[in-house]
Amino acid sequence: MSTHDPGGIGAGGEHGDEHLAASGRADSSRADLYMPGAVLEEPAIVDVAEVRPELANPDLVDAMVAPDRTVRAKVGEPLLQMENVTVQFGGLVALDDVTFEIRRGEILGLIGPNGAGKTTAFNAMTGVYRPTKGQVVFDGTPVGKLKRYRITQRGIARTFQNIRLFNEMTALENVVVGSDARHRTSVPGALFRTPRHRREERDAIDRAMALLEFVGVGGRATEKARNLSYGDQRRLEIARALATEPKLLCLDEPAAGFNPAEKEALMDLIRHIRDDGYTVLLIEHDMRLVRGVTDRIVVLEFGRVIADGTPDEVTNDPKVIAAYLGVPDEELAAAEGGTGADAPAAPTTEGGSGDASA
Amino acid sequence: MPALAEALVHSATAGPLVHQSLIDFNLAGLGRNFWGLTIEGLTYGAIYALVAVGYTLVYGVLRLINFAHSEVFMLGMFGQYATLLLLGFYPSGNAYDKGILLTVLYLGIAMLGGMIVAGGTAVGLERVAYRPLRKRGAPSLVFLITAIGMSFVLQEFVHFVLPKLTGGTLGGVNAQQPIRLVQPEVQFTIGGAPVTNVTLVIILSALVLALATDLFINRTKFGRGIRAVAQDPVTATLMGVSRERVIMLTFLIGGILAGAAALLYTLRVPNGIIYSGGFILGIKAFSAAVLGGIGNLRGALLGGLLLGVMENYGQVVFGTEWRDVVAFVLLIVVLMFRPTGILGESLGRARA
Amino acid sequence: MSTSTPAPQPSSSGAPTSMPPAGRVATKDRPHGGVGDRLRLWWDALPRPTQWLVGVPFVLFMALVPILNIPVLTTVGTNFGGVMAQFGMIALIAIGLNVVVGQAGLLDLGYVGFYAIGAYTVAILTSPDSPWNQAGEGHWLGREWAWLAALPVAIAITSLSGLILGSPTLRLRGDYLAIVTLGFGEIVRLLADNLDELTGGGQGLRGVAYPRLGVTEDLPNGVFSAGNAAGTLNSGVWWYWLSLVFIVISLLFVGNLERSRVGRAWVAIREDEDAAEIMGVPTFRFKLWAFVIGASIGGVAGALYAGQVQFVIPTNFNVINSVLFLCAVVLGGQGNKLGVILGAFIIVYVPNFFLGRTELFGIPINGNEIASYRYLFFGLALVVLMIFRPQGLIPVRQKLLTYGRELYVAARRSAHVVAPRGGSDGGARPGTPAVATASGGAGGAAPVAGGPTADGPGTARSTTNEEETR
Repeated sequence: MSTHDPGGIGAGGEHGDEHLAASGRADSSRADLYMPGAVLEEPAIVDVAEVRPELANPDLVDAMVAPDRTVRAKVGEPLLQMENVTVQFGGLVALDDVTFEIRRGEILGLIGPNGAGKTTAFNAMTGVYRPTKGQVVFDGTPVGKLKRYRITQRGIARTFQNIRLFNEMTALENVVVGSDARHRTSVPGALFRTPRHRREERDAIDRAMALLEFVGVGGRATEKARNLSYGDQRRLEIARALATEPKLLCLDEPAAGFNPAEKEALMDLIRHIRDDGYTVLLIEHDMRLVRGVTDRIVVLEFGRVIADGTPDEVTNDPKVIAAYLGVPDEELAAAEGGTGADAPAAPTTEGGSGDASA
Repeated sequence: MPALAEALVHSATAGPLVHQSLIDFNLAGLGRNFWGLTIEGLTYGAIYALVAVGYTLVYGVLRLINFAHSEVFMLGMFGQYATLLLLGFYPSGNAYDKGILLTVLYLGIAMLGGMIVAGGTAVGLERVAYRPLRKRGAPSLVFLITAIGMSFVLQEFVHFVLPKLTGGTLGGVNAQQPIRLVQPEVQFTIGGAPVTNVTLVIILSALVLALATDLFINRTKFGRGIRAVAQDPVTATLMGVSRERVIMLTFLIGGILAGAAALLYTLRVPNGIIYSGGFILGIKAFSAAVLGGIGNLRGALLGGLLLGVMENYGQVVFGTEWRDVVAFVLLIVVLMFRPTGILGESLGRARA
Repeated sequence: MSTSTPAPQPSSSGAPTSMPPAGRVATKDRPHGGVGDRLRLWWDALPRPTQWLVGVPFVLFMALVPILNIPVLTTVGTNFGGVMAQFGMIALIAIGLNVVVGQAGLLDLGYVGFYAIGAYTVAILTSPDSPWNQAGEGHWLGREWAWLAALPVAIAITSLSGLILGSPTLRLRGDYLAIVTLGFGEIVRLLADNLDELTGGGQGLRGVAYPRLGVTEDLPNGVFSAGNAAGTLNSGVWWYWLSLVFIVISLLFVGNLERSRVGRAWVAIREDEDAAEIMGVPTFRFKLWAFVIGASIGGVAGALYAGQVQFVIPTNFNVINSVLFLCAVVLGGQGNKLGVILGAFIIVYVPNFFLGRTELFGIPINGNEIASYRYLFFGLALVVLMIFRPQGLIPVRQKLLTYGRELYVAARRSAHVVAPRGGSDGGARPGTPAVATASGGAGGAAPVAGGPTADGPGTARSTTNEEETR
């Protein structure tokens, strides 16, 4: 972070350092506790409020998490435009002349039946695939032939449908990897511990802790990602993506495998992220989640956009009902009920099949 | 590294302290002996191809570079040698003369011996080293390191333990004294290049074996199983293909072909039977597999022949001592420009 | 603080009584839950000055090992100083290879190539046999300082060769990389063997320069010369000390890298390269850096080797050595700097230990024969290790953050304080009342009075937090 965030983030960082020294001292007298042979009771939970008292203030956390970068698009203006994007794999047309836009400050839902091209659209945006025709314009400039990490640095961050955390790293380190996307220290800087390196490291940890608190896994900051619960892993992925300070946050089925209560909490989190100044693209199967949280919905079918509008408009669109749900309106509610009941029973299977197909 | 080699050559010729070029370029030699070199190259290439099949099949099914396959080949050489000893042959400076029929029979038996030893080693390797790892779901780096470890173990087994077990008859520091059943004799010439009976035997046997393997993989039920597992292990298992059996079969085929290659190799290089004799050949066979597109059976065959021929041209152009360098540089260049090899990766066609 | 009552250690509190929160993974599923972890916790909990107080004497002790002549350790068949010198070099190599294999997860089977390039650079620049010799009479480098002057050149050239090898090959997938690097190692050896004019071919290059220090009447060539073979302070010991200096320097440097964006990028690449790229890590650039840094450390080791033995021949740089180096890294624990040093020690020391020994614990053995079996045993060790302990002997988790130590310390504290909850004496332990109070409250025991009230709201919040988690 080159400049200090509004809301006294800089001050927060300094407090954090004082605390570092203090707690280091406090702990040193107890080193004997950690001798080999001592029973190590797991898991280790960080008492965040003790180590980072400033994070007890939710407003400060929000302020620390808020993105600190200049976005050309004003709120409500298009941030990302898919302009006549066609993606072909050999003879297969995965995306056919797709045009839609994501406006800054909104939560856009991208839905469609399996194989409709949601993930392809997603991959075209994040640079995994290059469009055969058309272009993706992000914040005023075409994404073009940028490398994937450059696109992330430019401001598109994503989560993965099948969780892809760095399993051997702790939650905190995972998030710091995300914030490294905005850092410039390379080998020489790290080798000789230049002031910039040290400043970036401090900022990264402060922001990462704030992010972990923000998504609700602050207490597990020092736990290895692989040891987190499924829900915490999903939240951690969101925190890691937010750490890159994206202009656009893309969530790929973040609620997969969640039970209704967890979905509810996730919806709150997504709204909270939006309210904190982020723009969110949400790919999701669960209609209730999508309808409950999004501002606008784009519906894909067979690689084409078949509807684009507010949640109410889209869910009442007969084309959407026919294509996406394949059932008449009355049965919609019943179908939804079915999904809702299914989901909690299926998390492990879903995770497993996701892995296998990848 | 072509760049490195080039830079070295360049600076060496330009440098004031070195007056003479370090590497000779003998393109005229290549032109003069073109056919002879090609035939010679095909002979080696056929052997590389047979060993390469072992790498390619295992890679296709397990996505594992079976680093120890070179040792399977090496043990195959000892296997056929031991068979010949059991048949009553003794190492001597002169070749035996048993007549065509008997010679072919004895060679066939020796090849069988090599196949049994090599096939058994390959399957044993799978059982002892790789299966426990598969059960634990180990990452691929762990497999590779295990393979390297097994390669050490097998080499050192022949180096130190085998001579103790056989009273010094087999193994040890030195190469085995050759047993010659066939005296190379020129049969006919192609474009002025002589073709010996040894060359004929090697190329023909390799062709037959390659064809048989291809038929086996593409036409039989077992082959279909292998292809299915290579393409999608999960679905194949769901469809009732026993993955474990397929893996075992894959190692067995690879081992058998390596055993056959071992006999052919000793026909061409009679005093190559030594504990460290598999190493370089293994790397080259692997290069051949990569060259053709690893995981791709026909690619391995093509890659083997190509590598053998190119290497032979290279050794005339640059000098004999650069033979191995030519092979490695070829591998690196091919991987840089076509990372999936000439025919592309795939034992079962499409793979994501 | 009640000093009268002996503080019950967590170990004495018997079976843990706390319920594990949801999502907890059973300990047996954790690959790193062993003695190494405990040691690390203990070490991490020590304050920095104490760490130095322990660390410096330890390094000094390690330095003195070859001259203390400890009866159990000393080798019989070979000079112990020479063995330790060899260990120093292999340890350096292991540190360098560990950057590539352990940290970045790139399997490099041609590492011996960098070692060879480092050694040959020094040899070509300082050997009288070499056409490019720059050292000695009539050349611009004096024999005294030639080795030291050639060292930076060796580092530069090995780094460059790392760059040259890496830039085309690091785009390849992991297993291809292994084979291509293997080919590279073999090419380097073949070049050394074939470029007779420059490298002396199979004859090698003799008379390589070495630092000429401590010249006395008895030692006209100084303490580093091979002539200093007798006594306790023989040349091996001096070379060992010199390599210790390089080991400490590279450990500091590599440690700095590990706890930075670079180290995190490496581990991220090792864990999931695609995800790393998508999270904004320039994967190719950092892989290349890993290669270059690993190569340069290998170059230093090669330069040390060339100076110590004073001649280089191609057979010393067989690919089998690459595998031996890899064995050191894997044995010690990939990614763990101290572990790989231990691995290097085992690789070098164990065969030398048996060399020349005729009996062990009263049992007559043929030590020389056992020593010659070393590749067999190392191969077996690799296989067994990969099956039963793929993480190596001391698998210590890497630290990837420069700061934030207090978070980990706090987490560990909570982990420990949770344990004796059943004994309901959360507040009775000597030490820091603040900690005890916080955890006592969090543990649901009766509120303990007397804790500092400065972070009262924080404590309250933590209580709710913990209860939520459970």
